[in-house]
Amino acid sequence: MRFDLQIIASWIQPGSRVLDLGCGEGDLLYFLKKEKGVVGTGIERVESSVARGIEKGLTIIQGDINEEILDYQNNTFDYVILSQTLQQVYEPATLIRSLLRIGNQGIVSFPNFSHWRVRFQLLLSGYAPITKQLPYEWYDTPNIRVITLKDFRKFSEETGCEIIKEVAINTQNKDKAGKIIKCMPNLFATYGIFLIEKSDKMITILNNSK
Amino acid sequence: MSEYIEHDKDHISVGIVEKKFFTFAEPPNEMILENGEKLGPVTIAYEVCGKLNQDKNNAVLICHALSGDSHVAGYYTEDDPKPGWWDIMVGPGKGIDTNKYFVICSNILGSCMGSTGPCSYNPVSVEPFGIDFPVVTIGDMVAAQKALMDHLGIKKILSVIGGSIGGMQVLEWCARYPDMVISAIPLATTMKHSDLAIAFNEVARQAIMADPNWNNGNYYSGPAPNLGLAVARMIGHITYLSDESMRIKFGRRLQDKSDLSYNFDTDFQVESYLRYQGKKFVERFDANSILYITKAADYFDLEQQHGSGSAVNAFSMTKAKFLVVSFSSDWLYPTYQSKDMVQAMKKNGLDVSFCEIKAEWGHDAFLLPSERLTSLIKSFLERVFSEINNAF
Repeated sequence: MRFDLQIIASWIQPGSRVLDLGCGEGDLLYFLKKEKGVVGTGIERVESSVARGIEKGLTIIQGDINEEILDYQNNTFDYVILSQTLQQVYEPATLIRSLLRIGNQGIVSFPNFSHWRVRFQLLLSGYAPITKQLPYEWYDTPNIRVITLKDFRKFSEETGCEIIKEVAINTQNKDKAGKIIKCMPNLFATYGIFLIEKSDKMITILNNSK
Repeated sequence: MSEYIEHDKDHISVGIVEKKFFTFAEPPNEMILENGEKLGPVTIAYEVCGKLNQDKNNAVLICHALSGDSHVAGYYTEDDPKPGWWDIMVGPGKGIDTNKYFVICSNILGSCMGSTGPCSYNPVSVEPFGIDFPVVTIGDMVAAQKALMDHLGIKKILSVIGGSIGGMQVLEWCARYPDMVISAIPLATTMKHSDLAIAFNEVARQAIMADPNWNNGNYYSGPAPNLGLAVARMIGHITYLSDESMRIKFGRRLQDKSDLSYNFDTDFQVESYLRYQGKKFVERFDANSILYITKAADYFDLEQQHGSGSAVNAFSMTKAKFLVVSFSSDWLYPTYQSKDMVQAMKKNGLDVSFCEIKAEWGHDAFLLPSERLTSLIKSFLERVFSEINNAF
């Protein structure tokens, strides 16, 4: 399993209820079900990935995460995971609020756009950066948002989320292995992983919108 | 559906099967139908494959569609030219593995393939019912299946599976007998007919009733309304295909000619195909049964009947785990109708998986060989079966 998913898995309490938004073929959910006995559901857009997930014995719904998330009652899940998908979301603030409406905690990860390689590429070459984590040309990328670790902290505050835990990582070997970056993470980490909760401000907003 | 039935290409089959009959609701204990009328005795034709295990927890009930029957898989005789209608899915090692599961398929109430229907003898008049047969509903069909399950000693069904009108029965089972259904697989189906679907059914019924031989449903001792029934079937076939599948299948090609005939003979292959399907159908099916079954499908409204108008309420008692499957080119029961039921299941916190299979073959896709559908059903059944076994 990917290194970032290993970190996410380590944060999840056994037996909890988990929703994985953009779950791909369900690798993380499969691990969590087998190793931690979680009750999990995945949402995935691509038919072949949905089928792979169901074939693993998982509960997967084919659909768009922005729409599917609306059907769940408040606090249906202990954790809602948005792994390496935030950079592809059209309305991140709306999605993050929905995520914390239906889940007690959210786990959000994304590629860090302020990694030194990205910065140097742009500075030295003058072209839009292409990295292992963001491997597309500007014209064919699904990654419509460029986010840095600092950006996400600012965004959290503005959206009304409280960051409970954060880990910055640098991955190697097709993302299978990696290490945690403690020194200047915004410069040296390829990915950021955040555990978030509703702040008091968001609880008020959610209560008012009931 | 019979046009697709072929021998298994790997010669894997459940083997010889036998059509059996179960009769219940003998007067004075007739079955009370949803419309309040009484019907009895009621006979249900059914077939089984595989073995019921000691815990009686491996029963899989398959519900057939409009023109199907209890003959879901296998052969009646050694030289039977065709296997059952879902032989590609049901058999040893197949999607619904008869080495693991006890598979039951019964002919629906109102049909003409062995179960009580309009062509059965009315015990009062000692003549075929014709349109004196009461208008039965999907709920009545399911109630009759429940009586069969009781007769077979099955208290919990591992999975109820069906497509199209069979899928309506699956949903009805989950709402009507929530404690009996462990899991359910509604395929290419809907919680209620759209006006489009009702419209096509009404044209089909009108075609039958406009045939002078129909004779107000009383034709069993004379010529049958075969022209009307054939047209009804042709209409049905159009709705089972899709624009794309027809283009691929026929492509405006002419039938056994190189030029247009400039008369009203068959010019196009699609015309020839529909005429052939219509003609073949009248050999095996009763026109009155089409009237009754299409009416039952049109009346079906899970939201009204089980949720006072709300789909969410309709599933509020349901405990089953679901695998919902739709097909991208199905315009009779389009994907949005499957998504509506998935949404209602989610709002009830039910365990539901959903997959829209990309297929160009229209509504009929659920009956055609599909590795994806086979593996989805197979793995879903394995999962729910292992979950109930681990729970003990």
